[in-house]
Amino acid sequence: MPKFLTSINAISWYFLFPVIFIHFFVVAFPSILSLLLCLTDWNGFGRINYVGLENFQELFRDRVFKKAVKHNIIWTVMFLTIPVIVALVIAYLLTGIKRGQLFYRLVYFFPYILASIVNCLIWRYIFHPRHGLGGWFENQGIDFLAKSPFAMKETALYAVAWVDMWHFWGFLVIIYLTGMYQVDDSLYEAADIEGATKFQKFRYITLPMIRPIFVLSLIIIIIWSVPTFDYVYILTMGGPAYSSEVVANHLYSQAFQRMNVGYASTIGVMMFFYVGIIVGFFAILRRMGWEV
Amino acid sequence: MATARFRQRSSYINHAILIFMALTIILPLLVLAFNSIKPSSEFGANPLGFPNEIRLMNYYDAWVNGNYTQIFTNSLTLVIGTLILNLTVSGLAAFSLAVLNPKGIQTIVVGLYLLVGISIPAQLFILPLFLMWKTLYLLDTRIGLIIIYSALNAPFATFLIRSYMLQLPTELFEAAKLDGASVMQLFTRVALPLSWPVFLTTALIVSLTVWNEFLFAITFIITDEYKPISSILFTFQSRFANDYGLVSAASILMAAPIAILFMFFQRRFIAGLTSGATKG
Repeated sequence: MPKFLTSINAISWYFLFPVIFIHFFVVAFPSILSLLLCLTDWNGFGRINYVGLENFQELFRDRVFKKAVKHNIIWTVMFLTIPVIVALVIAYLLTGIKRGQLFYRLVYFFPYILASIVNCLIWRYIFHPRHGLGGWFENQGIDFLAKSPFAMKETALYAVAWVDMWHFWGFLVIIYLTGMYQVDDSLYEAADIEGATKFQKFRYITLPMIRPIFVLSLIIIIIWSVPTFDYVYILTMGGPAYSSEVVANHLYSQAFQRMNVGYASTIGVMMFFYVGIIVGFFAILRRMGWEV
Repeated sequence: MATARFRQRSSYINHAILIFMALTIILPLLVLAFNSIKPSSEFGANPLGFPNEIRLMNYYDAWVNGNYTQIFTNSLTLVIGTLILNLTVSGLAAFSLAVLNPKGIQTIVVGLYLLVGISIPAQLFILPLFLMWKTLYLLDTRIGLIIIYSALNAPFATFLIRSYMLQLPTELFEAAKLDGASVMQLFTRVALPLSWPVFLTTALIVSLTVWNEFLFAITFIITDEYKPISSILFTFQSRFANDYGLVSAASILMAAPIAILFMFFQRRFIAGLTSGATKG
């Protein structure tokens, strides 16, 4: 065999080939197809016609899409605040106790390993108007939760987000806890001598010290909330009357119920650009030495 | 003295908050557990509490009416198939990046490629992939889904295994080379036996994601006979909509294997899942 085929450099490429091949085949190639298909009006069967940017123009007129984008923004903001605050507080409290730490950690983390479908079934039952909490209140003669929050326009999105947050926040606790345990104890001891309160210690020692991991958790939340799908699809299918429709759900119904291949690809491309901009933004921040 | 008492009181408050938050997780899970052993006649009068009459037959009904033997086999096939394919390709790649040529251009190129791969939302490629799978006759087959799952988990697995292999002492590989070991032997005889802990962690996380996966499962498997547990449970909620005992038992049957594995390997699960997010 010629030498350049057996050199260590060549061999190391052979070892990489399977992973590149399978990943390209499943992710990269269809992604490129999507980037091309978004310029067509293909419906999956007939001729493929090039339509330029028409799909994008239509997308910006699409009422449901606008609604879905709005819901995704609300979703992201909710996830950036509620679970983050709860997890920060809980992680901080956990660092202060000795007994039962492992128990708490296991309990908080547990829903994160459960399947989305299981979590949804639990909460669909609890929020069920005639069973669950609603039924329990009814038995006590109290008219509360008489209608499922998943079935009401005003609450559907928040109820779905509640279930997803319930499953997610324990994950953040563990992430913050790892960061907090890396903080040098001597800092807290010095603060104790100065007579700092618990809140001051949190504000002036813990928070600045865990900043890298904290910023990272925010990026993860922003990126993960873009393709959010399972909980919405299982619990409400985006309804009632699109009141909990999110972008991924809109794409899914365009793609697999209406077979609007070109249009669905356009939505996918928009999601990809959005994620790309966010990743790029943080990459630039990091380049500029803004330690995140 | 005063501060000591203050400390103690504040620690009670800490525990009170922590227990309250733990209850918000435990109570809903308990409701599910109670429901799974509750006869359907009792749901109206006793929606949340422990059943007056325990009915374990719900599990039997779920198993038989839901055809769970078949479904468990399907899910298990997906998990095992994905583990074999995914760990093979990721292990080879990680070995190459960490041991064979850690300073080569490959690390940058492949590393960047996989990083971009992670940040692509599945929705960008799911429809073209669906059409590709249709033309390749991979749609509605378990092997088709195994290929997808292996690819989706490959970046995470490669990074995790690589970071472990980087810590292996290079002297071991040098010594094996002097003894005349081939590159493949370096992989199978030196790298693999030494990195079993990271393979175990990766295997646990991959099993978890495959077992729980929903989007690709409902999209790529159409025939009921081949459906894995997550998508069958989704059809259950409409098929047995009012039979909460049966649906709850079916949910617990789905969660049980994961919960048991979690109890045994909690540290690995937690470390693997959090490192997947913070390093990937």
